[in-house]
Amino acid sequence: MPQTSRRGLLFGTAAVSAGALLTACTSNEPRNAGNTAPAASGVPAADDKPGTPVTIGFAGPQADHGWLNAINQNAKDRAKKYSDVTLEITEGSNDTAIQIGQIQTLINKKVDVLVILPADGKALTQVGLQAMKAGIPVINLDRIFASPQAYRCWIGGDNYGMGLNAGRYIGEKLKDKPDATVIELAGMDSLELTKQRTQGFDDALKNYPNIRKTARQAADFTVESGQAKMAQLLQAQPKFDALWNHDDDQGVGALRAIAQAGRKDFLMVGGAGAKSAMDAIKADTGVLKATVLYPPTMAASAIDLARALGQKKGVGGMSELEIPASITLYSAVVTKDNVDEYLPTGFS
Amino acid sequence: MTLSTAKNTKAPVREGGRLTLGLRADARTLSLLGVLAVLVAVGGLTKPDEFLSTSNLQLVLTQASVIGVVTVGMTFVITSGGIDLSVGAIVALASVWATTLATQEYGFAGILFTAVVVGLGCGLVNGLLIAYGGMVPFIATLAMLASARGLALQITDGRTQIVTVESVLDLGIPDAYVLGIPPLVLVFAAVTVAGWLILNRTTFGRRTVAVGGNAEAARLAGIDVRRQRLYLYLLSGLCCGIAAFLLIILSGSGQNTNGNLYELDAIAAAIIGGTLLTGGRGTIAGSVLGVLVFTTITDIFALNNLQSDVQQIAKGAIIVAAVLVQRRTARTGEA
Repeated sequence: MPQTSRRGLLFGTAAVSAGALLTACTSNEPRNAGNTAPAASGVPAADDKPGTPVTIGFAGPQADHGWLNAINQNAKDRAKKYSDVTLEITEGSNDTAIQIGQIQTLINKKVDVLVILPADGKALTQVGLQAMKAGIPVINLDRIFASPQAYRCWIGGDNYGMGLNAGRYIGEKLKDKPDATVIELAGMDSLELTKQRTQGFDDALKNYPNIRKTARQAADFTVESGQAKMAQLLQAQPKFDALWNHDDDQGVGALRAIAQAGRKDFLMVGGAGAKSAMDAIKADTGVLKATVLYPPTMAASAIDLARALGQKKGVGGMSELEIPASITLYSAVVTKDNVDEYLPTGFS
Repeated sequence: MTLSTAKNTKAPVREGGRLTLGLRADARTLSLLGVLAVLVAVGGLTKPDEFLSTSNLQLVLTQASVIGVVTVGMTFVITSGGIDLSVGAIVALASVWATTLATQEYGFAGILFTAVVVGLGCGLVNGLLIAYGGMVPFIATLAMLASARGLALQITDGRTQIVTVESVLDLGIPDAYVLGIPPLVLVFAAVTVAGWLILNRTTFGRRTVAVGGNAEAARLAGIDVRRQRLYLYLLSGLCCGIAAFLLIILSGSGQNTNGNLYELDAIAAAIIGGTLLTGGRGTIAGSVLGVLVFTTITDIFALNNLQSDVQQIAKGAIIVAAVLVQRRTARTGEA
């Protein structure tokens, strides 16, 4: 049964990816859809062939951890792939005021399209509005602006979906086990996304009345905090069947604590999709059996969308004249069965 | 003040000096021991099976080791009237540098050596800026905080550097425990004992207290205040290097976020332990008890599955309560 479910998840991913040009990892595949089947009106869909030159401004937060670093790398690599794209990238900063300044600089440079991953979506809404008013369409990446007027298109991950899919995976694994217990190692409790991940997880578990969540502790997305909180959780919970850890970076610490405690009596699901987690899933020698994705390839897709927008094209594989207003990525579950497919997207 | 005078006077009344010191320290340290006892009682009552288990006590002491070693160094710096805001950043830099340069090629010795050398190097820069550059410790170490963190971020590029050297990793697992004591805890204990001996039983310790009590008087008494300060920041940097190595064993990796907010934890532990923020008095035993109080609180919270918001509020309240209890005890003790 779990097999079927996983295949279902996979199918969903494949469908979404194909539809919305979201798979940077499969960029080698010929993208024929755009060439052979143009959008209904005859407006061509974006493809790999050089078109009108587009200058894309990219502003993101400071890449102080693996995922954000991967975001920057994905954006840069994707832009290099297109001979018609020039990427103007600003130095990342977590300071709201500095990031606003950087975006204003890009506006003054009159870039054609802006891709913005705000350090704080709400705080940067005004500058998004400013860019839109100046006639520069904004692709809002991941952390969402407070007003839909501040962006032309939003693309980002699904935190609720991460929790939901992690919960489903664990639920399917444990559904035949009476009185099963799970614990949760959450991310930073001060962030909205942590609440969404937990909510999704709890909602998924509601479908499995035999499973009870017995403990939840929040860590700080760092290896150090992951080790400390996990060591404590293991002490507090002498017995449980599954663990969901919100973040693979803190998961490095959590796995260390699990090894130090010599525990092997449960299955673990990670989050985000770090390479180290995927390697561990592939090796299949420890408790880590799966990780739910929050793909950094979204940055590459944002470049694709920005280019399509700059060239006034639609998206291949869809019959729309314009690129969509929002795209939520799928939080695929990576397991031993499909890990090879996702490994190229793993970040370190 | 009798304390510092007793310590400043040299050999003649050494026996008497030690006795006074012991009694003074006891009034404060005992009150802190009391706080710790209450916490242990709370832990034992709420989670009797888990809290008092050997594995949990090993865990509490292990988790206290990294920040504990940093706090010992911090206690010296604060005792001398200084402050070191860069300890967390130095731990981060030392841990990422050690896991970058040393991980694959040089193994255990390379990691340990690099961590210690980076710690000492940062301490040297702090010390030179403060002692010979005439910079205020707050500013010099704040600058070190910023640049060491920046450098750590630059080296890692935001990546988590996973350590694969088995001989290092093995020190963190139960097989390596000596008579049931984790190696990390042994290092922590050794640093504590060494710190206590240096502060209370050596000329270096007396000079540290003297510089913190009254730098001008210390200078007139023939102490090379500048050199003493340089040594103190070197000592703090050394402790950070050792702590970074312990953190590498514990977490199996180097990350630029390592040691986050250690400066605040270490300062808080030292102050709660009875070290004067204005300098002139420091107690290693108190600092270590302060660290244990913090770690025990965190442990009890986790065992009882309290959420982080409740944890933060309660932690703040307990810090205030600990200091109030301690001040009361100290006052009655001195009266």
